Amino acid sequence: MKSDKLSARLLLKRADFELDVDIIAPADGVTAIFGSSGSGKTTLLRCIAGLERAAVGNVNFNGQDWQSETTFLPVHKRPIGYVFQEASLFEHMSAEANLQYAIKRAGKDPVINKQQAVELLDIGALLKRYPEELSGGERQRVAIARALLVQPELLLMDEPLASLDAPRKAEILPYLERLKSELSLPILYVTHAIEEIARLADNVVVMKSGEVLMQGAAEDVFSSLEFSQFQGEDTAAVFKGKVIDKDARFHLCTVESEGLLLQCRDMSYAIGDDVRVRILARDVSLIIDHPSKSSILNCFEAQVSEVQQDRHPGSVLAKIDIGNKHIVARISAKSAHELAITPGANVWAQIKSVAVIQ
Amino acid sequence: MVFSSDDITAIKLTLMLAGTVTVILLIVGTPIALWLASTHSKWKGLVGALVAMPLVLPPSVLGFYLLIAMGPQGPLGMLTSSLGLPGLAFSFSGLVIASVFYSLPFVVQPIQNAIESLGSRPMEVASTLRAGRIDTFFTVILPLSKAGFYTAAVLGFAHTVGEFGVVLMIGGNIPGETQVISVKIYEHVESVNYAQAHTLSLTMVLFSFLTLALLYSIQKPNSKKRKPL
Repeated sequence: MKSDKLSARLLLKRADFELDVDIIAPADGVTAIFGSSGSGKTTLLRCIAGLERAAVGNVNFNGQDWQSETTFLPVHKRPIGYVFQEASLFEHMSAEANLQYAIKRAGKDPVINKQQAVELLDIGALLKRYPEELSGGERQRVAIARALLVQPELLLMDEPLASLDAPRKAEILPYLERLKSELSLPILYVTHAIEEIARLADNVVVMKSGEVLMQGAAEDVFSSLEFSQFQGEDTAAVFKGKVIDKDARFHLCTVESEGLLLQCRDMSYAIGDDVRVRILARDVSLIIDHPSKSSILNCFEAQVSEVQQDRHPGSVLAKIDIGNKHIVARISAKSAHELAITPGANVWAQIKSVAVIQ
Repeated sequence: MVFSSDDITAIKLTLMLAGTVTVILLIVGTPIALWLASTHSKWKGLVGALVAMPLVLPPSVLGFYLLIAMGPQGPLGMLTSSLGLPGLAFSFSGLVIASVFYSLPFVVQPIQNAIESLGSRPMEVASTLRAGRIDTFFTVILPLSKAGFYTAAVLGFAHTVGEFGVVLMIGGNIPGETQVISVKIYEHVESVNYAQAHTLSLTMVLFSFLTLALLYSIQKPNSKKRKPL
């Protein structure tokens, strides 16, 4: 039976750690596996790749059993590409020979050819060099190109940016965004960085102590109050949207996301661009009456759907529904009490700042 | 310093023995080293110990048991006679077999260490690039651990050239068949032929020094760029 998804039910017991997961990821877009270190996210990815043989359970991709009670497809027979956390290029080969290694062993019908991969990752000038002559970021770009050239049906990435410093991360993220937008290749992306999920993920699986805490569409995960424990001060909602209008006079652009219109500072996007916006909970304030005159551009009629104590007892987090979109507001506990911010309360949500993050 | 014709025969025989043994050991030792480097089996310790035994056993002990095994009542002897082959004891073939056992750790251990020091990552990477096990061995493991293989070959060869006790037990002292350099030196000394003993012994000293010098230059940390495939 064909089903366009990846499902994995796995159990792995070690002396000091137990992985017990049941995940379903659509075979489309970027699914982030998120968790702090020790949450089992890398182990889960290794199990899906077949690199971890000790796990018992089922892994099924698009109707094909990779692992079941009776089967264990060896790693080299699974149609995957894998990008490891740290440098994984073969040291005895040039960057180009590393790419050729994948090309030579790839299945037929290349979806992406060498030239396309080289252009996508912008590594044309690096091909003759050896891994030790490349910077960490350059190595990782070559490794990503190599993983693409094996013509995977599923790309697995294990914290590909974690070993890089902040400027290198900033250098690679745009390539990952291009990869995602230009190839229709499902990606499983392990990370502990909120920023990377906010920019890349369509779906999120949140891991904690070897178990799945929550999984779902990125927008839903970001706007759930439970997820704020990982976001802390920077708790935010993230929307996908499209630039539909520009106001040259005031350097603003309008981003539309499922009917919600947000005014944002124009960062030289073009009309029609797909973007993501992030709304920090601390930038959202709640008002009972419609504010007639305010400096804040984005103000919406909304309803409180959930209220939760924040980390500091002086503040609370409120999940706010604006039509079918959800944002999170961080307000003081005192305001919540005085304005009677409880589930069902009708309010106006003022958003002081909307950041376009892509 | 002149070699007698007997000396030259002994030198040739020694080189042939060491060469044959080295080739056999690289073929036999590599799978053992690969297994030892990657297994989590409970047998790993036992197999490792068996391989390392010749390091600590007196060569005469090893030679003694091999002689018994190759004798008419021994398993190897019965095997060769049932196949209609000549006996192994006091023959070149017998020496080869004995030397393979005797030099085994000198070949297995450097290869095993080299593969272990690679870690599992290069093998994992190769498997995610669709390379099967044999493919991975020839395209990744071998080129990345070639210093270990060179070391193994040099040590296996040199150690076989230097053996004495096992040869004496298994091979005796038959010119052209089992009389290797070390045994020949012993014979020269026994017959108080010190000049000839000196010639051969000095040759061995030089050979050993050059071999070790070569070995230690291979073993220098090799971080320089490697040539393309």
